[in-house]
Amino acid sequence: MPERAERRSLAFETGLALAAFVLLALLPVVHPSKALVDFVIRMAALGIFASSLNILIGYGGMVSFGHGMFFASGAYAFGLLMQKAGTSIPVAIALAVLFSAALAAIVGAICVRLKEIYFAFLTLAFQMLLHSLIISWVPLTGGDQGLMGGIPRPPFLGIDLADQFHLYLFACAALVLCLLAMRHLMESPFGYTLRMIRDNAPRAQFLGIQVWRMRLAAFVLAGAFASIGGILMSLFVSGAYPEFAYWTMSGEGIFMLMLGGMSAFLGPLVGTALLLFLNDVVTRFTEYYGLTLGIVILLFALVFRRGVTDFALDAVQRLGPGKRT
Amino acid sequence: MVTQVTSGLIIGMLLFLVAAGLTLIFGVLKIVNFTHGSFYMLGAYLAYAVYQASGSFTLAVLCAAAGVGLFGLAFERLFMKRVYGSNVLMQLLVCYAFILILDDAVKLIWGPEFKSMGMPAAFQRPPILLAGGVIPFFYVFLIAIALAIGGALGFGIARTRIGKVVRAAAHNPSMVSALGINTGVIYGAVFALGGLLAGLAGALAAPVRSMAPGMGFSILIESFIVTVIGGMGSIVGALVAALMIGLIRAFGSIGFPLFTEGLMFLFMALILIVKPSGLFGKDA
Repeated sequence: MPERAERRSLAFETGLALAAFVLLALLPVVHPSKALVDFVIRMAALGIFASSLNILIGYGGMVSFGHGMFFASGAYAFGLLMQKAGTSIPVAIALAVLFSAALAAIVGAICVRLKEIYFAFLTLAFQMLLHSLIISWVPLTGGDQGLMGGIPRPPFLGIDLADQFHLYLFACAALVLCLLAMRHLMESPFGYTLRMIRDNAPRAQFLGIQVWRMRLAAFVLAGAFASIGGILMSLFVSGAYPEFAYWTMSGEGIFMLMLGGMSAFLGPLVGTALLLFLNDVVTRFTEYYGLTLGIVILLFALVFRRGVTDFALDAVQRLGPGKRT
Repeated sequence: MVTQVTSGLIIGMLLFLVAAGLTLIFGVLKIVNFTHGSFYMLGAYLAYAVYQASGSFTLAVLCAAAGVGLFGLAFERLFMKRVYGSNVLMQLLVCYAFILILDDAVKLIWGPEFKSMGMPAAFQRPPILLAGGVIPFFYVFLIAIALAIGGALGFGIARTRIGKVVRAAAHNPSMVSALGINTGVIYGAVFALGGLLAGLAGALAAPVRSMAPGMGFSILIESFIVTVIGGMGSIVGALVAALMIGLIRAFGSIGFPLFTEGLMFLFMALILIVKPSGLFGKDA
């Protein structure tokens, strides 16, 4: 029975996710270090962002170069709701995600029917539009200074996000839950439809699938998940900055996918961790971060041509029958 | 009014030079050169350096155009060539890497602060007064040069033998190479020409715009908008759209100073909804 097998594997993955969360939660207890806690929170925020981009690029074959737009919209919407409207954190999160999903629906409606390369830079153009809006709408967004003055973090349900350890647990939980949700989505019929569209769009169309509708759904979902990453980041830095909406954000997201590999579901997360680590090491030695990063990117794009987990998967497959998504 | 129109025209003309290269590269190679803005930046800085060293603006412009042209050739032959077959993702990554590298290289050589070249002595003449507006002499020169290049480019592609070969290579590269023409050389040449135009635009913009590392990206986005509106691969489309965008920018900065960029994007979205292939494009 394939259905039962699938259900079991999903239960297995849920258990795995729970174990991962417990491990992450115990990490600061075993090795108390502020640097480690900060690193994991950033990894959670950017890891959700990169994994959501992988829904588009890896599963949907839609190379978006403007995904940072939703990271920023999540961060700004959340920050503004907390600062100006004074809502509680769960309400602000829900509204920020809804806002980003609506934004993704509008942008997606214009972009998803376009050919690959048009899609890439139209998403980029919309991201830059958001960036210029953020820069120029100074009374609301604080312009190039970003949302200043800190984001209030009132406690809710016994969770006090102003406390670093609570924030850490919250970020880990968000990371695990989002990844699990994305994993389930990508293993659902919707996920497989998306893969079919990626591999052969005309065939999907002949089978009666409305290709653009599926693509739009993927775009909205990816935008919503990306906004959760943005919300986590704004909680961490207690603000929101126009850099979130700058094109380098999307560029880094794409590089995280490339670095980690797109054929494994956790590849983007691995890529995120590697890029953050690289970032921390490089900025310690040189101010010419772009130069160094550029050379590393060239190395991966032209010499290795694949990500870290791709090599790992190959090694596993050579040893025994492995599973590939 | 006249002042606005001329400032719109020079923005449009500079955009046209950059966008023409972008659209040419796309038309022939079917790739979007995301480093094109960095080519423009390189042109401006090269012109600045040569002008500082020699004091001759003519020499500065020629060196910048030739230098960036050569850089474009090297970039295509050494790097882009390797990612033609693979997916868009790899092309994006290589371009992304080069934007980062070039921005930092410029910062390393010329420093992170804003630089300004200053108006060359030859153009320090009294401005032309026309219908109540003031037109600096340099603007007239700039518009004339851009129009001449646009004309030459259009003629070269539509009428000459080389232009025919390039168009054929865009249409069916394997057939062209089967007929004994080296398509690699054509690809390299198109990239060199695109680089040359971007470098020229950068050099011509140097006296009227300040420069800083990262300046290439905003012009890249604007020239993308121009190519999308005009239609990918169409030189005429690039000219018309560049002038439109230039005028929108010039007039928008009076009407909606904060939302000038937004106006361009709105205009682009409108065109895409009405005619996805752009004004002069064939298919989207």
